Amino acid sequence: MGGKSNVFDLLGPIMVGPSSSHTAGAVRLGGMARKILGEEPVQGKIFLHGSFATTGKGHGTNLALVAGLLGMETDDECIPEALMIAEERGLNVRFETADLGDVHPNTVKFDLLGEHGSHVQVIGSSVGGGTIVIQQINDFQVEIRGDYPTLVILHRDLPGVVAQVTLLLSTVQINIARMLVSREKKGAEALMVLETDQTIDNAVLDLLRKLPRIYQALAIEPL
Amino acid sequence: MRTYEDWVIEAETKGLKISEVIIRNQMEELEQSEQALLARMGKNLNVMRKSVETGLSGERRSLSGLVGGDAAKVEGRRSGGESLVGNQMSGAIARALAVAEVNACMGKIVAAPTAGSCGVLPAVLLTIEEERRVSEQEVLRALFTAAGLGIIIAERANVSGAEGGCQAEIGSAAAMAAAAAVELAGGSPRQTADAAAIAMKSMLGLVCDPVGGLVEVPCVKRNATGAVIALSAAEMALSGVRSAIPVDEVIDTMGKIGNQLPCALKETAQGGLAVSPTGRRIQADFL
Repeated sequence: MGGKSNVFDLLGPIMVGPSSSHTAGAVRLGGMARKILGEEPVQGKIFLHGSFATTGKGHGTNLALVAGLLGMETDDECIPEALMIAEERGLNVRFETADLGDVHPNTVKFDLLGEHGSHVQVIGSSVGGGTIVIQQINDFQVEIRGDYPTLVILHRDLPGVVAQVTLLLSTVQINIARMLVSREKKGAEALMVLETDQTIDNAVLDLLRKLPRIYQALAIEPL
Repeated sequence: MRTYEDWVIEAETKGLKISEVIIRNQMEELEQSEQALLARMGKNLNVMRKSVETGLSGERRSLSGLVGGDAAKVEGRRSGGESLVGNQMSGAIARALAVAEVNACMGKIVAAPTAGSCGVLPAVLLTIEEERRVSEQEVLRALFTAAGLGIIIAERANVSGAEGGCQAEIGSAAAMAAAAAVELAGGSPRQTADAAAIAMKSMLGLVCDPVGGLVEVPCVKRNATGAVIALSAAEMALSGVRSAIPVDEVIDTMGKIGNQLPCALKETAQGGLAVSPTGRRIQADFL
């Protein structure tokens, strides 16, 4: 586990079994992918890697991933019926086995289409005890653990774009705990991931979206 | 790094129960009131109770079909007055199987400390609650004793089968349950440490070798035997039996053994029972 723990790390989470990594972690991965898509998913291709592919069936990993996509929490007793519920709610899912390269054994890739046409690819891993890490959004390498409010901003790679975002956050008293910037290539699309100490509300998001050279901004609540 | 010994000494010098020391520590760290912490732990306890009930009814089967119905068998024999080991121990066995079966069948449980070892602690505590008629408040506080010891295990070693083998999961759960059982039975802070040490010593070296990689065989039944080890360790400690090796050293030893275990014996299903002829056949049939 490493680092400092508290009593509720040791007793908890309350979850639907059988495995904190293959079930609870899988629900959280699905939930993160849903939040990153930012709308109701209607189509999902789910690529299972490593141990998710080989032992996922017996752990209900497929059910758990879909439950997460539907917005369920790790303790939702409807998780075993997730595939049926997905069908009722018009979410069409397809599973494939894939080799995602040199990644954690419990890794999944989502290719999601939203009800208003948003499209996103998300890769994430379940790293033990229900803890997850989102590793990639579209072509951008990220590291999102969901332990802080997280801001994901797609923008143009130009001087001053990062500064205007951090300036705005400072004026609304939001403190940045961690920040990561990556880009496709110089001057092209870039992605900022900011983990903050305070919650990012819709008003702040609207302000961010109005800034020049910001294509997209979304806020992800901690898990 | 924190030690359990420090908490024992603090409890002894201030004349407190070990759970009180741990609750005070967590109030500070989580910046929450005692009531808030107890209320949050109460949710865990409610889910534990419900999972025991659900499991004892014996109606579910796991996704592989390997698990389900065994808790009801043990409970049937116990309620028929036929138990070989007596009401309390058979009650703990039935409850541990019950919760672990619910987990394997995709039911709701509390990871304690993990999903695979979720049966040990509720089995031990709820059995003592029934047998000795302690109050729910006392059970709640004993959960903090268990979790407090778990914190030390997680910080000094780990509670993950993939990292430390089954000794880190069922072994940790048994040690946590043993400490909590001692407090619930009126034992001293020092005796909680001895019980935890004795329980964990009995599980050192236990490998994580799940058939097909599933949290079913041998995990479900190890929850029951883990609960029995916890009760026997508590019985010894309450009688004044000391652990020659102090609990923090036992925890460190568990961590080191975990590092020395080959990967094949750490939740990869590439060794142990998982590769026995029957284990392989089960895996081939299901997966």
